[in-house]
Amino acid sequence: MIGALIVRDVRRGLTGAAWLPIAFFLLVAALVPFAVGPDAALLARVGAGILWLAALTAALLPVERLFEPDRADGVLDQFALHGLAEESVALAKIAAHWLTFAPLLLLAALPASALLAMNGRALARTEIALAIGTPALAALAVAVAAVTAGLPRPGSLAGLLLLPLAIPLLIFAVADAYLLEAAVSLLLTAGAPFVAGAALRASRT
Amino acid sequence: MTPPLLRFDKVALRRGGRMLFEDLDVSLAGGEALLVTGPNGSGKSSLIRLAAGLLQPERGIVERTSLALADDQPALDRELPLGRALSFWASSPAQAMEALGLTPLKDVPVRLLSSGQLKRATLARVVASSTPLWLLDEPLNALDADGAGRLMAAIEKHLSTGGAVLAASHQPLPGNWAKLELQP
Repeated sequence: MIGALIVRDVRRGLTGAAWLPIAFFLLVAALVPFAVGPDAALLARVGAGILWLAALTAALLPVERLFEPDRADGVLDQFALHGLAEESVALAKIAAHWLTFAPLLLLAALPASALLAMNGRALARTEIALAIGTPALAALAVAVAAVTAGLPRPGSLAGLLLLPLAIPLLIFAVADAYLLEAAVSLLLTAGAPFVAGAALRASRT
Repeated sequence: MTPPLLRFDKVALRRGGRMLFEDLDVSLAGGEALLVTGPNGSGKSSLIRLAAGLLQPERGIVERTSLALADDQPALDRELPLGRALSFWASSPAQAMEALGLTPLKDVPVRLLSSGQLKRATLARVVASSTPLWLLDEPLNALDADGAGRLMAAIEKHLSTGGAVLAASHQPLPGNWAKLELQP
């Protein structure tokens, strides 16, 4: 059942809105040279940080479609009836969301780095940091989606919840402290299913 | 004597600060069908969700076997053809689709179905589930006479093979039902 859920969510993601956050990510990267001017040295210096800000905001976009449609449509209830723990559902959602989000994001970082005049080394460092950090971004998005599912207009609240929690990740990611970033990423990824599971149970009416 | 498929033992349920019912005893064995009636807001749907384990009782014990639930949420992927959407929940939904007259709609995307067809699809998900206990919340909503007849035939067949059905409805259901009336 968990495997079927992951396959279903990946299919729905790829046939649906998976491209939107990526397009948004590229758009943010493209806006920066207009905002700070075409100074290549300056752009290269802030490039990694900009890519991370773009990735964080792009991670917010899919929050409203991660749980709310399934909650409103009774799919979450049916999983519960099939004996699937809410935590397992959340874990499957994280896996599926990561699969539709992270590879495309890593790919989109290539043109984005060119827009920011980053050299090969800076790009490689950012790609490694993104690869380490994206599971945590997916996990945070799923946890926040579960907490805000069923609320009216959850988008802005989701931002307020998600972005502060991503700060430690951001700090270590742009400092190239891969081990510390991996530790934070592991903590967030491991904790998120339990937060999401508790939130889903509490929201059931 | 076979153990009951569903058992409420002195169950109380509180919703929104209001006690909906107290000291409720229900026992449903194979071959039995129970219809919960009562006015709007008397707790019929809550009783169904309690039986499903989606709500927790304030007091008392609810024991259940594996079950399937049909309420007003179809839980079918809207972009998929009906046959594929149903097969996410049941490996072989063909018989259930035939029983509810949905076979011609097999390749129609769920989002294009009418509300009556969607209700049939929801019921087909339960019929296809091969679980012994069916929970049906307002099963006649949006169904036409043909659909209601097909549902009753499916229920009849389920009961004759040792299954049990708990239904909640504000309108009478045809067939032989034990009744449980909830007070407002």
